[in-house]
Amino acid sequence: MADVAIERSATAPRTVRKRASLRTALKRKSTAAFLMTLPLILLIALLVIYPAFYSLHLATLNKSMQRFIGLGNFQFLFKRETFWLVVEQSCIFAITAVVFKALIGFIVAHVVHNIPAKGQRKWRGMLLVPWVIPPAMSTLAWLWLFDPSYSAFNYLLAGVGVDRIPWTGETGWARFSVILVNIWFGAPFFMIMYLAALKSVPDQLYEAAAIDGANWWQRIWYVTLPMMRNIIAITTLFSLIVTFANFDIVRILTAGGPLDRTHMFATWAFRIGIEGGDIPLGASVSLFMVPILAIAAVFILRDINKRGNEA
Amino acid sequence: MTSTVVIDKAAPSRPVQLRSMSRDRAWALKWSYFFLTLFAIFSLVPPLYMVITSLKTSAEISAATNPWWVYHPTLSNYVELLTSNQFLTFFRNSALVSIFVVTITMLISVPAAFALARMRFWGSATLATGVFLTYLIPETLLFLPLFKMFAAFGELTGIQLINKWYVLLIIYPTLTVPFCTWIMIGYFASIPKELDEAAIIDGASWFQTLTRIFIPVAMPGLIAATIFAFTVSWAQFLYPLVFTTSTDQLVLPVGIVTTLIKGDVFAWGQIMTGALLGAAPPLIIYAFLMDYYIAGLTAGATKG
Amino acid sequence: MADVTLRKVVKKYDDVLAVRGIDLDIADHEFVVLVGPSGCGKSTTLRMIAGLEDITDGDIMIGGDIVNDVPPKDRDIAMVFQNYALYPHMTVAENMSFGLRLKRYPKAEIKTRIDEAARMLDIVELVDRKPKQLSGGQRQRVAMGRAIVRNPKVFLFDEPLSNLDAKLRVQMRIEIKKVHQKVRTTTVYVTHDQVEAMTLADRVVVMNHGRIEQIGTPNELYHKPATKFVASFIGSPAMNFIPCRLEESGGKLHVRITDRLAFPLPPARAARYQSVSRTDRLLLGLRPEHITEASAHPEPGVENFDTVLDVTEPMGMETLIYFALEGAQICGRVNPNAGAVDGGPLRLAVDLNNMHLLNEGTGAVI
Repeated sequence: MADVAIERSATAPRTVRKRASLRTALKRKSTAAFLMTLPLILLIALLVIYPAFYSLHLATLNKSMQRFIGLGNFQFLFKRETFWLVVEQSCIFAITAVVFKALIGFIVAHVVHNIPAKGQRKWRGMLLVPWVIPPAMSTLAWLWLFDPSYSAFNYLLAGVGVDRIPWTGETGWARFSVILVNIWFGAPFFMIMYLAALKSVPDQLYEAAAIDGANWWQRIWYVTLPMMRNIIAITTLFSLIVTFANFDIVRILTAGGPLDRTHMFATWAFRIGIEGGDIPLGASVSLFMVPILAIAAVFILRDINKRGNEA
Repeated sequence: MTSTVVIDKAAPSRPVQLRSMSRDRAWALKWSYFFLTLFAIFSLVPPLYMVITSLKTSAEISAATNPWWVYHPTLSNYVELLTSNQFLTFFRNSALVSIFVVTITMLISVPAAFALARMRFWGSATLATGVFLTYLIPETLLFLPLFKMFAAFGELTGIQLINKWYVLLIIYPTLTVPFCTWIMIGYFASIPKELDEAAIIDGASWFQTLTRIFIPVAMPGLIAATIFAFTVSWAQFLYPLVFTTSTDQLVLPVGIVTTLIKGDVFAWGQIMTGALLGAAPPLIIYAFLMDYYIAGLTAGATKG
Repeated sequence: MADVTLRKVVKKYDDVLAVRGIDLDIADHEFVVLVGPSGCGKSTTLRMIAGLEDITDGDIMIGGDIVNDVPPKDRDIAMVFQNYALYPHMTVAENMSFGLRLKRYPKAEIKTRIDEAARMLDIVELVDRKPKQLSGGQRQRVAMGRAIVRNPKVFLFDEPLSNLDAKLRVQMRIEIKKVHQKVRTTTVYVTHDQVEAMTLADRVVVMNHGRIEQIGTPNELYHKPATKFVASFIGSPAMNFIPCRLEESGGKLHVRITDRLAFPLPPARAARYQSVSRTDRLLLGLRPEHITEASAHPEPGVENFDTVLDVTEPMGMETLIYFALEGAQICGRVNPNAGAVDGGPLRLAVDLNNMHLLNEGTGAVI
């Protein structure tokens, strides 16, 4: 409307033409930009944001999804022993696995960084293999390694006189096994991130520290760790999210057993929602992942923004 | 390692301090290799065990001989799988899904990343952050509402997408697009501003700047993003498990897990062969394009 | 080929005025250099001529047409960037021909133009290389070649030499001058280096705080600066400014520096400064070459005085001397044989025929 009015006024035709075409040029650029991002926006809006809110809605319905029951699903969950088992196992699983992944990743990254540069590629190549194999496929190998009657590990242990271990059959061992497989799968990711961070620490810094009389441990503590702080934080938080939401490994290795003792939120939600046909209850279960994810996401975002500001 | 030894021999009169330092280093190196070997064994045992088992007959497996050794190696498992229509269908479905998803992902994320990196517009910064946040949302949070959405969509329109392999083409991009956009934003942002200004003065349109300057210059990033999208699509397990059930619609990981594991009678030779074949495409890509693979892996955190 | 005209051009970023209304006429074939300290608006001005920045107000004309809203590609200009901005994935030839290929020129025509430009810039053997394989100077040549093949109305240079080392910079400076002599294209060149400005330009535009301080030939700027900023910016070592005031004594106009030091003005100068208030706080502007060792028979307008040197800098063909006067650090240039030593006394001569008198408050040259 305003454009039309301005163009009609004939007092200052030249400047008006300029302003108007400037505006259309501006419009053209932002329109182009908008069109280029439109598929992305649609994808995120329709297939991520909408379902996220839809699951909030689903969680308030009864099993046949015809009746609104408010917080009924949550009340029901709180009364179930299995739910608390899942909470406990999810936390044990995520925290233990992430701590060990970070620790092993840190050590391996250092060890790789420590050897002559020309051999590093080869070792790094081998050590990253667990991350490259689709987890569903590699977990099958672990499942076979843990087989109750044919376990190749038990065969080795029998050689040194140790009794066969019920890898996936007993609560404690089953929990140990799923965590072990997760560490095996995820540690290489930490290794590769830390290695990239280590490479970015300038050598002069270590030389300066060495000249200042810092020993090996002090160099790690005062040079390496502060320089890698950000990468360590981001990698750990990111891994916390992924580990907490893990599905593939638990599903294939134990399917939640024995007696639901290794269920995670994701596998239990799948058991209830898809296999049990109670989508609202399943959605309620998976919603419990949100707080942890949100906290981790906030911290990651803070770190990423900080990096942006520093750069 | 050899060089330190040479120095020791060539200069015996060096100060004690220095010699002990190089000896320390030699020890550190020995320990490093010891640990590396240990970790490498830990890393490679499962895939190696896959290979070992895949070369055994069912008879040898059930005979419970030394599981770490193949007494009668055979390729029969490979032959059987690679001539089985069912397995080839899985493989075809996986290949189709991955290739299409990679294409769709690139078509969505490259223009979007270009717009977000270069054409500042209202809300572009928020959108970039939003893209990153989306990447942090795990699939395990969305599979139930998505399943219900597609079921409702089928009832509403009569277009039944559930239990069709191509439903995955719609869903997988939620996993690949955010990260690919994010790392492409990083790669595009690292291109100097003068380069697009030079292109504009040379008479290139925005579109030409993207296709003739940005895409070729950011090719390493594009390859890294493509590899990421491919490996994610190839490895995805939950969505196909939820959305596809008929055996002719399954992709490889789900197909192997659901069809080869038949009750309690485990055909482990075939399962391991199938798993190995399923792991082969990402492994082959990794073997040939390791640097791009790693670049894509680390880009998420270092490009931020 | 075309002239370029700027009329009251203003550029505002949010609330910051980067360019505060400048007027500039650049004639056809002319080589004009915009010079000034960083943040003076010179690059912004150039980018507005290129069309890379919108103008907030005013008009820009190229070849008589207002191009305010014309996109860069239709302005028929070529630009050379500070970091060269060569397309890293293209060979030298592809880099140079990209613009022509976008405009769908015939292949034969493109080839002739590339050959011609490559020969002119002495990069014939480099045309199949990628930018990565080139040295800084070679990249600079290619960037210029990319501008030349377009045969534009105007060349725009944005600090093209500042990424080169000192030696190469001198060489490329000459190269640019040669190219301009051959192609005679109207050129606008931005630099912060006053030596580059002086050596290259037909006319120099000195900018400061988004305004034009002075426009003139290199010699005009050097010998007749209009403001203190121009006087101090042009010339190296910079002009000396000594606080002073005018006074009448013995029927002659003197410039008094201290209680003990005052110089009588030569008649021509005295006449010019007659009307200046005797109470104004003034600055005596003297270039270092006008402070030299005293001679036995000074010419008219040259006055001798004694001082004690702080530091001397032997440069070979001359020696730079530094001493303090009224709190100001003064630089002079003396003969290497004049006997200047660190901390030593020296009798000096000031050439008042080449003096400048500035108003300390306004910075204007009187």
